[in-house]
Amino acid sequence: MTDVFIIGAGIHPFGRTPERTGLQQGVYAVRQALAEAGLDWRDMQFAYGGSDAAGKADTMVSELGLTGIQFINVANGCATGGSAMFGAYATIKSGEFDLGIAIGFDKHPRGAFDPKPAEWGLPDWYGETGLMLTTQFFAMKIQRYMATYGITSETLAAVAEKAYANGVLTDHAWRREAVDAETILNATMVSDPLTKFMFCAPAEGAVALIFASEKRARQLGLPTVRLRAAAVRSRPPGSFEVFAPALDITRGPSPTVIASRAAYEMAGVAPEDIQVAQLQDTESGAEIMHMAENGFCADGDQQAWIAEGRTRIDGRLPVNTDGGCLACGEPIGASGLRQVYENYRQLTGQAGARQVPGSPRLGYSHVYGAPGVSAVAIVER
Amino acid sequence: MSEMPPPIDPQLFRLAADGSPILLAGRDRDTGRIAFPPPADNERFETIALPRHGRLWSWTIQRFRPKSPPYAGPEAFEPYAVGYVALGDTIIIEGRLTGAALDGYRIDMPMELVAIAFTMADGSTRTTFAFAPGAGGGQ
Repeated sequence: MTDVFIIGAGIHPFGRTPERTGLQQGVYAVRQALAEAGLDWRDMQFAYGGSDAAGKADTMVSELGLTGIQFINVANGCATGGSAMFGAYATIKSGEFDLGIAIGFDKHPRGAFDPKPAEWGLPDWYGETGLMLTTQFFAMKIQRYMATYGITSETLAAVAEKAYANGVLTDHAWRREAVDAETILNATMVSDPLTKFMFCAPAEGAVALIFASEKRARQLGLPTVRLRAAAVRSRPPGSFEVFAPALDITRGPSPTVIASRAAYEMAGVAPEDIQVAQLQDTESGAEIMHMAENGFCADGDQQAWIAEGRTRIDGRLPVNTDGGCLACGEPIGASGLRQVYENYRQLTGQAGARQVPGSPRLGYSHVYGAPGVSAVAIVER
Repeated sequence: MSEMPPPIDPQLFRLAADGSPILLAGRDRDTGRIAFPPPADNERFETIALPRHGRLWSWTIQRFRPKSPPYAGPEAFEPYAVGYVALGDTIIIEGRLTGAALDGYRIDMPMELVAIAFTMADGSTRTTFAFAPGAGGGQ
């Protein structure tokens, strides 16, 4: 079995692009990745791609070229990008192919997501009476976490302030203006304790990553990172997830905890070895809780970590260096690959104004979504 | 007491003789795990009545009108409270909260199950369940 390398990356800027469909944004990202690597679409032996709400990825071949490529569509909700990457990882690792691409893209209408209860195996009354909102879940998860571990609203605001500050430095970010903590705290309350500026918004964007075997990567001589681990996990008993009419009285770990442990084990590294991390920040509280769920600190330590600036770009463990979902928005099918794109840029020293100092070698990314799925990837320069 | 409007879902609860609601759940006959809403599989799950008292596990306020569908409430919107209530050692149930000001909810406060009228967008009403601050916890 060969090691798996990421040898090229492309991104369509996140945010809103009325003149391009989600699929066209995907094509844009593929072309950028290929051009940067000096490769042609004909060189791609396989593709995994998907979106949650913007169409079928394999129809991109009409624009990219009818090469007969093995193109597999991935539809795995919030873990679509992570699943596409896992497909690419396993395909190369097995030796079946040695050069291919993973693509994630999306385009959502404005406003909160509007899920249909039946599609989630839930009765109609759950949606009819106004209980089926992702925003409520995130608010109630952090509300209890704050009460249990002494996290303050000021810490929620500091996380969002950092996200927007990093977004200012990021070409592909949507929100590129700084917002100060006081404005964040005093903004319209969306779902207590979270204000408007503490939530990400559904958006648009696309990412493409090119994968190669070790031999092929060496031949091509491009900037590379080694994919040390890629793990996707669904929910264990007793976890607290989006769209849950009830929770088991015996509480259990989250899918993030088990995906994270699996990834550390695959990579043979520990949380303290990680030098830059991209963590799912659907809202400020999610980043805080995910710091602990991914093993970076104990529950409650985030209060001190954030006050000391440890998760800023110049801190000990920079988190969400491109502004995360808060500054980039949330195109469901693309977010997971955006995180890996960002780690690729950081580890290959191509992150420009937001470059983490000290030439980081190990990057960690984590995506989480409904109905309780997490995908973790660890990359190494 | 006036006649209650029809339940939002007949599988969800029944009304006791005094008009108070009793939430139904399913208990896995093998593992004892309690599931809500009650699963349709009667071979695996026996229907049980849940305790009527508990403690507030978490809460938030819904401050914007949810999209329709799936939301079936009236066009005119008033913010409302939602929360999870731990019912003794059985299960933690999500529901609307009522009976306190929007800033009047605290984690761990005693709550009790109540029936409320839910107005649909077409003006008709249904009965659904909710939790209100009340006496006792873990009963």
